[in-house]
Amino acid sequence: MLAGGQSLIPALAMRLSEPALLIDINGLAALQGIEWSGTHLRLGALVRHAELETSPLVRMHAPLLAMAAPHIAHPAIRNRGTLGGSLAFADPAAELPAVAVALDASIVLMGRGGTRRVGARGFFRGLYETSLQSDEIIAAVDIPPMEPESRVAFLELVRRRGDYAMAGLAATARIANGRIEAATLVYFGVGTAPVPAREAAQALVDGLPTARLQAAQAALDHDLDPPADQHGDAEVKRHLARVLLERAVTALGTQSS
Amino acid sequence: MSETHAIRLRVNGEEVSRRVSPRQSLADFLRDDLGLTGTHLGCEHGVCGACTVRVDGGIMRSCLLLAVQLDGAEVETIEGLSESGAIADLQTAFHERNALQCGFCTAGMLITTAALLEANGAPSRAEIRDYLSGNYCRCTGYHAIVDAVEATARSRRQRQDR
Repeated sequence: MLAGGQSLIPALAMRLSEPALLIDINGLAALQGIEWSGTHLRLGALVRHAELETSPLVRMHAPLLAMAAPHIAHPAIRNRGTLGGSLAFADPAAELPAVAVALDASIVLMGRGGTRRVGARGFFRGLYETSLQSDEIIAAVDIPPMEPESRVAFLELVRRRGDYAMAGLAATARIANGRIEAATLVYFGVGTAPVPAREAAQALVDGLPTARLQAAQAALDHDLDPPADQHGDAEVKRHLARVLLERAVTALGTQSS
Repeated sequence: MSETHAIRLRVNGEEVSRRVSPRQSLADFLRDDLGLTGTHLGCEHGVCGACTVRVDGGIMRSCLLLAVQLDGAEVETIEGLSESGAIADLQTAFHERNALQCGFCTAGMLITTAALLEANGAPSRAEIRDYLSGNYCRCTGYHAIVDAVEATARSRRQRQDR
């Protein structure tokens, strides 16, 4: 299945993938467009990364997506690469799978047998592995509405602009009177798929954002079990995750909206 | 693989009709079938930026598109951009500041920069580096390129103010 092709065509060029048949889905109008339904934001699978950056609807209803998009590769790649393609490819260091999990998105899958919806949390199964069946494609992604008190932060550490992240964090929090009432932390680049840091998120709740930071950073040791990769060993990854958490808590606490 | 498909597109403003193999990249199509060798092929997997062209207005990697996908599209290459005179000032600035040595990356640099300056008439040096981060240059060390882009943006703003 060929959408933006910004990962698939390189794989073909390097003969890492040799499909007998390639189906270009770029012409399917039903997979395009961004709409606010009143209850959720619907993003067609063929929405390009560049559209996520610039769409006023995305900015209003899913600012975390708009914040993440400029971190994806480079302008020429973002003009072609698609949301659906990024989710289906499920690179463990990619931005959009983690954002989809952090926003509790529903992924709409379409196949011969009809359409089904899968929560982003259950969609990513492992390294480049999703719950997509071989006769299914992603049709759309539905993002639930933002709560009025919620804030978001998106951070990643890269060696060079546009590279895949050494480690990254997509965070949402509901904040009232300077206190975090609920938080979602989803890391990427530190596991085989997006990694929710549930204990660390819980440790942030009910405290002053900065006061609970140390407890949350310590809790990351339970949440994360990072495999070593070309960027470093597990302890390097844990260190980067703690740095990201501190920056995220600062960003969540200081946002004006 | 002898199967071919008919495509019709506009390249640098001219209507082009050809039959292409479904596996042929846009980059190979431009270079081999149309003789537009200003588009350079470096890495052939989307990393180096040398093959950047404009498709329907947006910059894209021509090595990551198949020619067969471009039916009905509007493609602009460095030849078109150069002959139109639209980036003559940018080309002069690159020349004056030694923003190219071997020249292999230059077409991609110019096309990417042209898109940047259309979107942002007053980019900071950091924004220039950011936008050009997907275009590799192995000669200049990038400083001269950033200088040339910054100087062009400045002189375009001064011309507008007058």
